Amino acid sequence: MPLWVELILRVLAVVAAFLTLPLLIGQTEHKVMAHMQGRLGPMYAGAFHGWAQLIADGVKFVQKEDVTPREADRPVFRLAPVVALLPYLVVLLVIPLGPSGLVAQPLDIGLFFVLSVVGVGVVSVLMAAWASANKYALLGGLRAAAQLLGYELPFVLAAASVAMAAGTLSLPGIVEAWRPWWLVWQAPAMLIFFLAGLAEIRRPPFDMPIADSELVFGYMTEYTGLRFAFFLLAEYVGILVIAALTTVLFLGGWKGPFGLDAELGWLWTLIKVAAVSFVIIWFRVAYPRLREDQLQRLCWLVLVPLALAQLVLTVAVKVAL
Amino acid sequence: MSEFPGKGLAKGLAVTLKTMTKRSTTRQYPDVEPDLPPRSRGVIALVEENCTVCMLCARECPDWCIYIDSHKEEVQVPGAARARQRNVLDQFDIDFSLCMYCGICIEVCPFDALYWSPEFEYAEYDIRDLLHDKERLGEWVETVPPPPAHDANGESAKEETAARKSQLAG
Repeated sequence: MPLWVELILRVLAVVAAFLTLPLLIGQTEHKVMAHMQGRLGPMYAGAFHGWAQLIADGVKFVQKEDVTPREADRPVFRLAPVVALLPYLVVLLVIPLGPSGLVAQPLDIGLFFVLSVVGVGVVSVLMAAWASANKYALLGGLRAAAQLLGYELPFVLAAASVAMAAGTLSLPGIVEAWRPWWLVWQAPAMLIFFLAGLAEIRRPPFDMPIADSELVFGYMTEYTGLRFAFFLLAEYVGILVIAALTTVLFLGGWKGPFGLDAELGWLWTLIKVAAVSFVIIWFRVAYPRLREDQLQRLCWLVLVPLALAQLVLTVAVKVAL
Repeated sequence: MSEFPGKGLAKGLAVTLKTMTKRSTTRQYPDVEPDLPPRSRGVIALVEENCTVCMLCARECPDWCIYIDSHKEEVQVPGAARARQRNVLDQFDIDFSLCMYCGICIEVCPFDALYWSPEFEYAEYDIRDLLHDKERLGEWVETVPPPPAHDANGESAKEETAARKSQLAG
């Protein structure tokens, strides 16, 4: 197979995953959230239990008028949703699905690459907030900036812990080095990474920047139509990315309990990603939004010290072995 | 309050998970007919033949939403010394835009001419169409369910007790 065919195949596979899995997660969120609240959720679209609800939503968003406010900074305003969406697509490129190179683009510095690219999200939020020329959007954007910059620290420290334990920055390398007892050893790091990841994608209970009861819709207030849909899609892709990263870094990726990793590795990865996504949805239903000061306190007084302690523990065990 | 930190958080997760496994409370109304008890107060049905135009219902109605009109008719009874008079019902309207579904009219009717029916789908685009005339009220009679059976462990009716007593005495 010539190089360019393989390249196109890999990119197409990633784009396909990028277009289908978030919709799957979104649909699951609709249904899971509904049933957790004693409701049924969408029932009509697509005839069977509303399976086509998100497709119908997509069609609706396309039909809507694309409004750009008069006072808005037009190019920045129009570019922001794309900037929100693209980093996640790029991240999906380096996330390994299975062993022996079942990854779109194996990178030796995969973890570093992922962390830096996910950090681009804050730029898109600030772009959207500032360019909207709306006070709610601006407030939301500033809250997002404070939150994202704060939570970046425990996010990176927790990821650093597992990278130190594995002795590599390559994502497939980390999965190779992973052992089941790491579940205990790296448990605090996993918790920190997961919570900080939730805050990074601004999911409830960390949705202070959006906070619809006080800020209308935060930095997305002025968006309509397809651009708004891009922001929503970015949220679902964000769930996928955080779930996939947690799986790869802390849950052993393609490694399953029955030893058929070479054949069933991809399935294990998908199952673990689905389970973590479910937990993310579950958190949204179970917990109310954190207040701004609670949000910062959790980050700086709990997660950051805990992440540093985890780093010390990781080093101690690593040196002792 | 809580014995150890995080107990409340775990409880929150447990409650939502438990709710997910239970049946949801949503009723899919237009697709699935609601399962209404036989005594539901949906609409009032009129059995015209039973009505004697005693006007009790119209007088007892708290918001006066029953309109009754009638005339007297002479009935020649063979063998009788003179002709008997009979009330004939001309108009019996219930204005369901005023009705508050208290059911007093049904309670006071001495001749069982009025019944509750659980039908409730008679919404109209014009409020004036909520005035049901005696033909429309008669159509509801078909939807009146049979009365629910007596509670097996309940107290029996006064008449039954009296009959049993008289049997024992006789």
